[in-house]
Amino acid sequence: MLESYIKNKRREKEILLMTHIVLGYPSFDDCFQIVREMVDAGVDLMELQIPFSEPIADGPVILSANQKALANGVTVQQCIDFSKQVVRSFDIPFLFMTYYNILFQYGVKDFSSMMSDAGMYGAIVPDLPPEEGEEYLQAMKSCHLSPIFIFTPTTPDERMKKIASCGEGFIYCVARKGVTGSQTDFTSEFHGYLERCRKATTLPLALGFGVKDKEDIDFLTGKADIAVIGSQTIRLVDQKGVGAVGEFIRGLRSQIKGAEK
Amino acid sequence: MDHRGYYDGFGGAFIPEILVSTFDELSAAFQKAKRDPDFWQEYKEIMSTYSCRPTPLTFAGNLTRHFGGARIYIKREDLNHTGAHKANNVIGQGLLVQRMGKKRVIAETGAGQHGVATATMAARFGFECTIYMGEVDVRRQRPNVFWMERLGAKVVAVKDGTRILKDAINEAFRDWVTHMDTTHYVLGTACGPHPFPEMVTYFQSIIGQEARKQIISREGKLPARVYACVGGGSNAMGIFSGFMDDPVELVGVEAGGEGLDSGRHASRLSSDDASIGIAQGYKTYFLQDSDGQMKETHSIAAGLDYVGVSPILSHLKETGRVRFEAATDRKVVEALSLTIQKEGLIPALESSHAFAQAFVEAPTLSKQDCIIINQSGRGDKDIFTVADAFSDPGWKEFIMQKAEEYNA
Ligand SMILES: Cc1ncc(COP(=O)(O)O)c(C=O)c1O
Repeated sequence: MLESYIKNKRREKEILLMTHIVLGYPSFDDCFQIVREMVDAGVDLMELQIPFSEPIADGPVILSANQKALANGVTVQQCIDFSKQVVRSFDIPFLFMTYYNILFQYGVKDFSSMMSDAGMYGAIVPDLPPEEGEEYLQAMKSCHLSPIFIFTPTTPDERMKKIASCGEGFIYCVARKGVTGSQTDFTSEFHGYLERCRKATTLPLALGFGVKDKEDIDFLTGKADIAVIGSQTIRLVDQKGVGAVGEFIRGLRSQIKGAEK
Repeated sequence: MDHRGYYDGFGGAFIPEILVSTFDELSAAFQKAKRDPDFWQEYKEIMSTYSCRPTPLTFAGNLTRHFGGARIYIKREDLNHTGAHKANNVIGQGLLVQRMGKKRVIAETGAGQHGVATATMAARFGFECTIYMGEVDVRRQRPNVFWMERLGAKVVAVKDGTRILKDAINEAFRDWVTHMDTTHYVLGTACGPHPFPEMVTYFQSIIGQEARKQIISREGKLPARVYACVGGGSNAMGIFSGFMDDPVELVGVEAGGEGLDSGRHASRLSSDDASIGIAQGYKTYFLQDSDGQMKETHSIAAGLDYVGVSPILSHLKETGRVRFEAATDRKVVEALSLTIQKEGLIPALESSHAFAQAFVEAPTLSKQDCIIINQSGRGDKDIFTVADAFSDPGWKEFIMQKAEEYNA
């Protein structure tokens, strides 16, 4: 379902945009406003992060958003209610991003049914390698949801194939070592990595970690199917407020020739 | 990684994909070293020339008479170089780092003992070293920060989350996912993703191996009970592993903080407040809320102030092989005070938890029985905390004078 959505969209656009917000940060009202701005500006899909107290794969910007959301009393139930609301209001696919303990405490099966009821498309769980994911994979499958798995520059070819065989929807390719939010050099070495990713799977490829401006998106166009903007929009909201989001997103792709073919 | 380090459902390796190759490499290096008889020989050689192994087993005659029950022995891990059992693990991992050809080590630390041990190892082996330490712990264990920096380590005060041990672990992981090519993460306790619980236990098992021989040669029999404090669980796993197959009762003592009813404690296995969860790369009992968010913990001892616990100990709790108790901050300071007065020994606040529980039980055992308390470390690092606990007027005056000198 997600895969075909992406492949169809790609016929219209050279590269798709996926953005990321931390639920409840700065507030749920702001989040709703941010989603609206993003969808209006042409974002193609979104990751909704349910905050967790120990987000080990996240860098300072998203870490701090997680902590502030939790300090404001954000609960998993509120995040679920919010997701239902945005799914009803906006016509793009939404995914959950969170750490495995959130699913585990909720009950992995129940979490999947809840996602399905809410109209979510899938989930990204960065601390769950496929080897630990048997229950999760089964539950997601039975609810027709896409478990999104991750490739990294340190993942050997063989393992990429194995991971791809568990994943659905698309593969999230982490651009570099490190955590979310810091600078990425999109160099020629990087090109070789994306070629390895492409060889390992027929699933669409999303590229994230350090993607922050039009230059990065231009570089990725033709190489990846989806560019993921994570920390940068959170930074933007911190610095310039919710109102700055739409213009920023529009600026990312506006100049691309034939962006709307 | 084929074998994922499960102990009856506890453990595993819940790691970000970027680290999978690094863990594969580490697991392979560890398994290879374990099969190599020269490795353990080399390890024992360093531990007996650079540290003080075998550490003595001290008969505590005055405490024994004071309580009038079981004969009390103390395993002296405080006599290790750098003053705690942490050296056992750190030197072992240091040898692995040499074999893997890495040049930099990072570590988390709570009490600062593991940080000092790692910085010492790095100095000796010629590695670059960064230590992550929660801001709260930097303040309560300042003497150890001083020594880490003297030893050439960079100490990073972690200001995220609860600003204690678990937050330092998260930050160390964030460093590792960036620098894994050159860097090994020397995890300080028997927690975290596989193979750390197994590997740390392996190096710490030297405590139990020695203690078993020593008590049999002294008493001609096994102890009735063995006591160890439990933070992440490394000193406990170390001494317990020597007696796992013996008819010996093993007692793990957790931080009771201000009391189990107060909610301000770090008792994962001896209270009903913890539940099974997955965080920091492994599955175990965590102090968490119903959403799965980790709670704030409390202990007078920075090294026990942690939300999770070794998956191996969670397993041993479920099987009933180890009994878990909690000692409150107040009882711990009393036990420390008594041990200083009666035996001239200064256990670390962490270790004093084991003493506190042993003191409750010793009088109820027969005079024919003997028990062992693992003194995981020495208390010098706790001088500020203990001085405050005793509200020591002379010490306060000294600090104020010192401050005036600096201000002058
Ligand atoms: C002296 C001492 N004992 C015990 C501990 C607790 O750790 P573990 O439970 O891994 O032995 C620490 C940790 O910092 C320590 O410094």
